[in-house]
Amino acid sequence: MKFHRILPAIVVIGAYSLLQALMSSHVLNPYWQQIIQFAGIMTISALGLNLIYGYTGQFSLGHAAFYGLGAYTSALITKSFPQGGIASLLVALPVAVVFVGMVAFLIGLPILRLKSDYLGIATLGFGIIMKVVFDNADAVIPQMGGSRGMLGIPKLTNFTLVFVFAIATIMVIRNFVFSSLGRACISIREDEIAAESVGINTTKYKTLGFVIGSMFAGIAGALYAHLYTFLHPSNFDFLKSIDVLLIVVLGGLGSISGTVIAAVGWTFLLEGLRVVLPSQILDWRLVIYPLLLIIVMILKPKGLLGGLELRFLKPSLDCSDRKE
Amino acid sequence: MSYFLQQVINGLQLGFVYALIALGYTMVYGIVRLINFAHGDVFMVGAYLGYFAICYFHLPFPIALACAMLGCAIIGMSIERIAYRPLRSAPRIASLITAMGVSLFLEYFCSLKFVFSPNYLAFPRPFAVRTYQVGNISFSTIQIVVFTVAILLLVILQYFVQKTKMGMAMRAVSYDKDTAKLMGINIDFIISLTFGIGSALAAAGGVLYGIAYPQINPFMGIMPGLKAFVAAVLGGIGSIPGAVLGAVIMGTVETMSSAFISSTLRDAIAFSILILVLIFRPTGILGKKGTEKV
Repeated sequence: MKFHRILPAIVVIGAYSLLQALMSSHVLNPYWQQIIQFAGIMTISALGLNLIYGYTGQFSLGHAAFYGLGAYTSALITKSFPQGGIASLLVALPVAVVFVGMVAFLIGLPILRLKSDYLGIATLGFGIIMKVVFDNADAVIPQMGGSRGMLGIPKLTNFTLVFVFAIATIMVIRNFVFSSLGRACISIREDEIAAESVGINTTKYKTLGFVIGSMFAGIAGALYAHLYTFLHPSNFDFLKSIDVLLIVVLGGLGSISGTVIAAVGWTFLLEGLRVVLPSQILDWRLVIYPLLLIIVMILKPKGLLGGLELRFLKPSLDCSDRKE
Repeated sequence: MSYFLQQVINGLQLGFVYALIALGYTMVYGIVRLINFAHGDVFMVGAYLGYFAICYFHLPFPIALACAMLGCAIIGMSIERIAYRPLRSAPRIASLITAMGVSLFLEYFCSLKFVFSPNYLAFPRPFAVRTYQVGNISFSTIQIVVFTVAILLLVILQYFVQKTKMGMAMRAVSYDKDTAKLMGINIDFIISLTFGIGSALAAAGGVLYGIAYPQINPFMGIMPGLKAFVAAVLGGIGSIPGAVLGAVIMGTVETMSSAFISSTLRDAIAFSILILVLIFRPTGILGKKGTEKV
């Protein structure tokens, strides 16, 4: 076993222990604990979109719809079993994720025939339709609260859960991308016609990428619902889809490490500005943020890391490595 | 039946406002292949400029409209110069994200207290509103003004794009940028001009929207902007008659669904129609079908 093969595991365990120690010793107050968990949730969601857009090349502006679907579905289940505790979340989450996957499959199959911007617009339309559905859901299922918001969701998400899911997401996406399925997806991104002409079933792989990516949004949504214990349709509108998209673009398309850094950095930038700015110009927070965004995009149009990837997230091409 | 016709009139009123916004989207998309998300916010700034021209400077309506259009043309061209031009050769997604940044910037900058403040403002009616009765259908002066201004601007635009040298240059650039450059067309100027015209039309849309639905705030541009964009796609993005057709369909569908089905579901209905049209005619109703090149 070479040292660099186990280094990622050491870093991950180290980071977890450090954050957990800081949290249990109350160096980080509950507010910041929540922010850290939210950063993890955004990471999961953004990695899902990175699979759809960054690796498979399918432009999606409706990611928040799947995020919201996962949140509402899981919250409905855990709210029905208030005594269930963490076990009810561990049941609700897979159910919600499978449901999100089914919806993604049904919507993806017809609209993934569309290309680039047209696909973006169709997914945008789907996102807006889902928001209308969430807004009016109380007419059918009163517990969902409709435009008044859904209250009384048990607080079951904790740091360990978010951390485990975030690491698992990174591992699943990494291994998927380097499997033959993932390579088929990447070939569609590079050139759809060429991929088709060498016998890749483009519809199948586009749908596969879309469904898996949306399911990660569903996981993120379920964790989100049980972190903030309150859901409102405006948490899942068009601008939330854009937030995830800009994280993926800032991190560099098709880069796992970039997406993770951008997701964490984005969350902390938005919250950090709240702390750094003096209260007189706090209104400027959301003026400074888009300005930073424009400047970064002009200076670094290929993303902050420009498609760079950490070594352990790349497949090892070195054969001597494999003999061990 | 008369209720139905009345709703058609109301739908057309909304549709023409959408058409003025949709034209900016479709022209910009046709020429630089960019979904200019900031366009809805230029529309909002247009409404505010019209508001200030009428309320503070007491200008008559046509002059106020012209001022708002001129102001927004300058803003639109500056946005292009500062935020989009440096990214023209970068991946397209980069300028899309910048467009989103410009959009957020305009929204939140305008809602600062010393700019426009985040509160709702009541838009004044710059002329006396009278209602006319034709059979069972009623028209108001507002509707007449909206129709006249919108149709006048559409005719001028159509003339400009089809008959003038500048319009021909615009069509050439949207057809093939590199060849247009070889023919001696100043691309930067034409793109700038397109943003200017598009923004001026959006400003006119903003002022008319303010008159027809008299409340304005810094976030008013988001939904009309999105819907106008969807209208442009519905009609076939890049096509000027398509944008108008799509916008009129969008406005009518929206009004009809609030009148006959449910006002809470109207966005869902409008966007379902969009998805259906895209599935069966992926390039929109009047869009040209591109051939797949290898």
